[in-house]
Amino acid sequence: MDFTDLTIKSASDLLARKKISAKELAQMSLGRIKAVDGDVHAFLYVGAEKAMAAAVHADEVIAEGENFSLTGIPFAAKDNILIKGVQATAASKILENYKATYDATIIRKLNLQSPVLMGKTNLDEFAMGSSTENSAFGPSKNPYDLARVPGGSSGGSAAAVAAGEVLFALGTDTGGSVRQPAAFCGIVGLKPTYGRCSRYGLISLGSSLDQIGVLAKTVEDAALVLQQMAGQDDYDSTTLPKNVPDYTQFLKQDLKGLRVGIPKEYLIDGIDPEVRAIFDNAVKKAQELGATVSEVSLPHSSYALACYYIILPVEISANMSRFDGIRYGLSVPGKNLEEVYYSTRSQGFGPEPKRRIMIGTHASSAGYADAYYKKALKAQRLIRQDFTNAFQNFDLLLTPTTPTAAFKLGEKSDPLSMYLADIFTVGLNIAGVPGISIPAGVTKAGLPVGVQLVASHFAEEKLFLGAHALEQALNLKLKPNL
Amino acid sequence: MPISIDEVDRIAKLSRLTFNEQEKTKLQGELSSILTYVDQLKEVQGPKDLSLADNPEGLNLMRNDVVEVLESPEEFLAQAPQREGNFIKVKSVL
Repeated sequence: MDFTDLTIKSASDLLARKKISAKELAQMSLGRIKAVDGDVHAFLYVGAEKAMAAAVHADEVIAEGENFSLTGIPFAAKDNILIKGVQATAASKILENYKATYDATIIRKLNLQSPVLMGKTNLDEFAMGSSTENSAFGPSKNPYDLARVPGGSSGGSAAAVAAGEVLFALGTDTGGSVRQPAAFCGIVGLKPTYGRCSRYGLISLGSSLDQIGVLAKTVEDAALVLQQMAGQDDYDSTTLPKNVPDYTQFLKQDLKGLRVGIPKEYLIDGIDPEVRAIFDNAVKKAQELGATVSEVSLPHSSYALACYYIILPVEISANMSRFDGIRYGLSVPGKNLEEVYYSTRSQGFGPEPKRRIMIGTHASSAGYADAYYKKALKAQRLIRQDFTNAFQNFDLLLTPTTPTAAFKLGEKSDPLSMYLADIFTVGLNIAGVPGISIPAGVTKAGLPVGVQLVASHFAEEKLFLGAHALEQALNLKLKPNL
Repeated sequence: MPISIDEVDRIAKLSRLTFNEQEKTKLQGELSSILTYVDQLKEVQGPKDLSLADNPEGLNLMRNDVVEVLESPEEFLAQAPQREGNFIKVKSVL
């Protein structure tokens, strides 16, 4: 058996039939990490001992007959999610030696099924970026081409799953940070509705936009993980007390009766022709599956990126103020309190966090807040209304996930051109709606390309329905040559 | 809208960040191009009322005001750069 061919579902079946043990799965995962992670650099931390202990525990759980869908499944978490006693660096020098003192709610909920944490994955510093090149600890590489980026900010999580090192990984998505790397690495990336999953124990980036998401090999696997993560949490007041349906009930083979909208504003000139052809093929498949496909307008889409690059930095400038060298993390000594602040922050933060703190501070400062921040909030209302209007006539929207396939390391040197990598994904975070990226094809150069499905608030089951049927119809067997 | 070096200094002070002259010039260029890009929002009209209660369900979610011990003081204090007994030690504030 090849570990890299396993999914959560297939591994779970093997565990249930006693064909394999959780201990063996963990050993295979560690073996794969040892074999390829020197090249891929998906991980910032691998906890072999803890993983083996967790696997032994999972085997005991299985022996007691308590086999859940995630029991004994090797996974990884992005290094901005807190797990008690384990590092949580957010890929920043300012948290280089920080160890979490409590578990994130998401981790606590997953642990009820005894999955096996293999380690923590790389990201752009504090999740600010689209390539992992902003990590203070060096970039991750795309498993399909090591000269290219895996995307970001959850690039380590995407690369770890695509390279077959783990069976799923947790990421975070503030403007596309789960969906864009999933597209670049040929896997499934799910961003739930804002308010669907708790962020308690996540190092905040943009608090009105952040959502923890799933990177997995199949739509079914993503559904199994969301099933366990979703739900209201007393420790995150943005989570809503909404029913969590049984998502596996929605994994069907056709799209009969489903109304799918293609937002015309997303089909811009800047889309790579190969990406466009792969997208058009996915649209055709959706029609063949029985969906009614027609054009829809999201008229304020062109404002989404500008709106995002005001709202997000403003929230960043507030969220990053907690890193001051006083309570935890890096602390650079100074002759007075103010000097401790200045020196710690100037030495601890990398260039991108500094840039965003500066933009956010400016855009929310006296005399500028009306021109920038309040304007962005107004644009946000319009963008959100666009989506609400569209979902009165459509069940799902279908878009490309990114305008291009994975770009080369070092290719996008100016910040603004990097920001444009998120052009199709940010709108969902601004509106709070859920989205999923699934692999839809491969370029001539062998790089995966994704398409994105969008549903209305708290309608993740529709995402799974559409994504599963498309995935089965496209029937891509993607695997990197590593 | 392009910004000046004086404005870079003003924002850096508010941000509690220091930069050398070379970094400031680079930031001036980068911030100017980003701010020029977001200037397209100027034409946005949008709603007049921007009340912050922006919750589609119209709910305020609260939990009971009960003391819970979520982490041990020792584990938390162990992360502090400087401590004295059960206190985090800082430079004098005034």
